[in-house]
Amino acid sequence: MALLEIRNLTVSFETAAGRFHAVQGLDLAVDSGEVLAVVGESGSGKSVAMLAVMGLLPDTATVSADAMLFHGRDLMSLSPRQRRRLAGRDMAMIFQEPIASLNPCFTVGFQIEETLKRHTGLDAAGRRRRAVELLDAVGIPEPAQRLSSFPHQMSGGQCQRVMIAIATACTPKLLIADEPTTALDVTIQKQILDLLLRLQLEHGMALVLITHDMGVVAETADRVVVQYRGRKMEDADVLSLFENPQNPYTRALLSALPENAVGGRLPTVAAAGGWETRP
Amino acid sequence: MTVQTPDPTLDPVPGAGPAAQPVPPLLENWHYFTRSRGAVVGLGVFMALVAIAVLAPWIAPHDPAMQYRDALLVPPAWTAGGREAFLFGTDAVGRDILSRMMHGARFSLLIGLVVVTIALASGIIVGLVAGYVGGRTDALIMRLMDIILAFPSLLLALVLVAILGPGLFNAMLAIALVLQPHFARLTRGAVLAEKSREYVTAASVAGAGHLRLMFFTILPNCLGPLIVQATLSFSSAILDAAALGFLGMGAQPPTPEWGTMLAEAREFISSAWWVVTMPGLAILATVLSINLIGDGLRDTLDPKLKRS
Amino acid sequence: MLRFALSRLLLVVPTFVGITLIAFLFIRILPGDPVLLMAGERGVSPERHAELMAQFGFDKPMWRQYVDYIGQLLQGNFGHSFSTKRPVLEEFMARFPATLELALCAIVLATVLGVAAGILAAVKRGSWIDQATMGTALVGYSMPIFWWALLLIILFSTSLGWTPVSGRIALTHYFPSVTGFMLVDSLLSGRPGAFASAVHHLVLPTIVLATIPLAVIARQTRSAMLEVLGEVYMMTARSKGLSPSRVIGLHALRNALIPVVTTIGLQVSVLMGGAILTETIFSWPGIGKWMIDSISRRDYQVVQGGLLLIAAMVMLVNLTVDLLYGLVNPRVRHV
Repeated sequence: MALLEIRNLTVSFETAAGRFHAVQGLDLAVDSGEVLAVVGESGSGKSVAMLAVMGLLPDTATVSADAMLFHGRDLMSLSPRQRRRLAGRDMAMIFQEPIASLNPCFTVGFQIEETLKRHTGLDAAGRRRRAVELLDAVGIPEPAQRLSSFPHQMSGGQCQRVMIAIATACTPKLLIADEPTTALDVTIQKQILDLLLRLQLEHGMALVLITHDMGVVAETADRVVVQYRGRKMEDADVLSLFENPQNPYTRALLSALPENAVGGRLPTVAAAGGWETRP
Repeated sequence: MTVQTPDPTLDPVPGAGPAAQPVPPLLENWHYFTRSRGAVVGLGVFMALVAIAVLAPWIAPHDPAMQYRDALLVPPAWTAGGREAFLFGTDAVGRDILSRMMHGARFSLLIGLVVVTIALASGIIVGLVAGYVGGRTDALIMRLMDIILAFPSLLLALVLVAILGPGLFNAMLAIALVLQPHFARLTRGAVLAEKSREYVTAASVAGAGHLRLMFFTILPNCLGPLIVQATLSFSSAILDAAALGFLGMGAQPPTPEWGTMLAEAREFISSAWWVVTMPGLAILATVLSINLIGDGLRDTLDPKLKRS
Repeated sequence: MLRFALSRLLLVVPTFVGITLIAFLFIRILPGDPVLLMAGERGVSPERHAELMAQFGFDKPMWRQYVDYIGQLLQGNFGHSFSTKRPVLEEFMARFPATLELALCAIVLATVLGVAAGILAAVKRGSWIDQATMGTALVGYSMPIFWWALLLIILFSTSLGWTPVSGRIALTHYFPSVTGFMLVDSLLSGRPGAFASAVHHLVLPTIVLATIPLAVIARQTRSAMLEVLGEVYMMTARSKGLSPSRVIGLHALRNALIPVVTTIGLQVSVLMGGAILTETIFSWPGIGKWMIDSISRRDYQVVQGGLLLIAAMVMLVNLTVDLLYGLVNPRVRHV
C-alpha cells in the first residue's frame, strides 16, 4: 500500500477574475522510502497539490478529491485538529526561500524546540539536547552556539539546513521539499540535496521533491510526475522518463535542456529552421 | 491583467491572450480609484461641500450674521418647538445655524487649501534642497525638521499663535509651519532614492542644470506619496484650525468658523444640544470625506500597497 | 544591544539642544519689550525696568543670555510663573501626574483595543467585521475630539447622568496626595467610595483621549498583520501543526507588533495635543490645561518652561520607544 495516495484531486481558487483551477484531476502515489520528483513549469500546480496534502492552503481554496490517503487514513475526513497533529510529526514540508521560511523574531533554537514541544513529550533539557543533535545531523558547525542565533545572522544554505532540521525533528514518514535549492547558490544546492537524500535513506522517509530542474530530477529521483497547468502529463520511473518520454509535453520539456542541444542549438530551435540565413 | 482560464485542449505552448490596449496613466489611476466605494463616496461628499462653500452666499437661507431677536436658541425644525425657517435651529443670539455652517464651509476649505499650499510648497523646496545638496546642509535642515517634529503639533501651533497673535490667518500660518516637516521629509527621502537613478544621470549628462534637475526631472517621480500626504494634511489642517478656534486662538467670533462656533456653544451642552452637535457634524463630514479620498489615493498611487 | 542604545541616545542630543534654543528664543521673538511683556498691563517704572532688565539679563548679548539660560536649566530653574510666583518646574511637577495618569490610561486602552481590533480585521479580511472595524476607526480619527468630548458629555453626563462632567474626583472626597495618581491615592486613603469616584471621573476623558490613538493603532495593526500573514514563515509555523491561536497570536503578532510599536510612540505626541483639549473640556488639572491657561494669561515664563519640559518629555518617550523597538526587532540589534 502506498504511503500517500491521491486520487482525482482538484484544487480551485476564487479570484477576482473568477474561479481558477490550480490542480485538476490529479492522481499521484508515493511509497515509503521512495523519492518522487514532481516537475513542471511555474503555474503547473505542483506546489498547490502538496500544500493541499499538508493542509496549508488558505480558506479561499476549494479542495476536492475521490481520496487523499495518508497511511491508509483519508485526510479529507479528518478534523482540522487531527490534521494538525499529523503536520510536523508524520508529514513535514520545507519551502523555497530558506531565510524567509524562518520567523525573524525568534531564535533558531526556539523554532526547532517548538516542534519538539508540540509533538514529543520531551522536557526542556531533552528538547535542547535533541535540537543540538538535529543541527549536528544537518551539518551545522557549533550547533550548541547556533541555537541562540537569529535567522538573519545566517546564510541561505544554513537556514535551509535549519528548516530540514525542523522538518525531520520528529522523524516524519513523508517529507515534501518545495524547490528547496532554487534560491541557493549552485555549490550549496548540491550539499543540500545530498543532505536530503542522506536523511531520507537514514530514516526511511518518503521524499517528494518539487522542482523544475531536470538535472536534479535525473540525479535524485526514483520516479517522476510531470505536471502542466494543473494536470498530470506523465508518471514514470526516472530512467524510462528520460530515455523514452511518452507525453509530448515531457518531450518538449526534455528537449529544452541545454544538455540535449545538437550542433550548438536546441532541438526545437534547430527544427524550426531558418537560422542558416542569419549571420 | 488578464487571467487565463486553462484550455481543456492540450496545448504545449500557452496561447497568448488578445494584446491589451495601453491605457493612459490618468485614466488607469481613475479606474483604480473608483474601485474603492469609500473613495468615490468621499469624493462625492467633498464635491458637494465645495459646491456649498462656493455657493453659500446665494443658497444659504439666512445671513449668517443676522440675529433674530425673537428666535433665540430655537431647536431644529424636526423637533418640538422648532421652526421651519431654521432647519438646524438657532444659536444663543438668534443666528441660523444652517447658514452659519454653510458659510463655515468656506472658511474650512479655505484653511485646508492655504495651509496645504504653504506647507507643500515650502516642504518640497526644503526637502529638494536637503536631498539634492546633501552633506552638511542636509544634516542641518533635517535636524531643524526633527526639532519642529519634537514638539506636539497642536502645542507648537498654539505657542506660535500666542507669538503672532490670535486670528485666522496666523492660525493658518502656524499650522502650515507645523505640518511642513512631513512634506520636507517625504520629499527628501524620495529625492535621495531617485538621485542615483540612471534617468537622473542621463538628464544631467544631457546638460540639465541643478534647478531643472530638481524640479522637472526628480520631483515628478516623487509625487505619489506627496499627494497622499497632502490629503492627510488637508484634513489635519481643518481639525487643527477648528481646535485653535475652539480654544479661542483661531478665527475669532463672530466668524462662522466651525471650531469657533463650538467654542461659543460649549455653555449650552445641557440646554441646546443642536448648537453643539451641528457644527461638529460638519467638521466630521468634511474630514471623513477627505480621509476617504486620501485612502483611495493611497491605494491608487502607492504601488506597494496595491490591493490584489 | 548596548551599542544600539548608545547610538540612539547620541542622535537625540542635538535635537534636544535645538529644543532649548527654540524655547530660549520664544520670549525673545515676541513682539515688544520682554520686561513689559512679563510685567503685563500694569506697566513698570523706568528704574524697575532697568532693574528687571539686569536681573533677567536682557541687556547682555544673545549668546551670553543663551549660555546663562542653559546654566539655569541645568540647575532646575525653568523660570517663575508670573501669576502664581512659584517656580515653573514646581508647577509642572504638581500637575504632571494628572496628565500622566490620563495619558497612561488612554494609551493602554488604545493599545489593547486597537491591537485586538486590528488582528480581528486582518484575520477576517474583507468580511463585514473588517469593514465595520476599519470604518469605525476612520470615523474615529476624522472627528474633532473636543466635539466628541462634548457629545459624550451630552449623552452620558447630561442625559443619562452616568458620568461626571469635570474634575478628577468628587469634591466630597478629600485626602492628601501621595503619588499624584488619583487611582493610587484614593486606594491608599482607604476612604470608601473614593477609588470608585476616581475611576468614574476617568472614564470619559480616557475614552476621548484614547479615540485617535485607538483608531490609528487599529489600522496600523491590521495592515502590519496582513503583510505578515502572507509571509513564508507563517506557512512554516502552520506546517509544524501548531494551533491557529499560537500561529496568529505568537508568530504573526510578534512580527506585526514591530511597526505598531513605532506607531504607539508617534501617538504620544498626538496625545499631548489631545490632552490640551481634553483637559480643557473636563477641567482636568493637568499640564495641558495649565499651558492653555498660561497662554491666555500671557504668563510667558510658564509657556516657555512648559514648552521645553513637554518637548523634552516627548523626546524621552520617543527614545524609550526607539529602544523598545530594538528589543522587539532582532534584526536592528545586530547591525
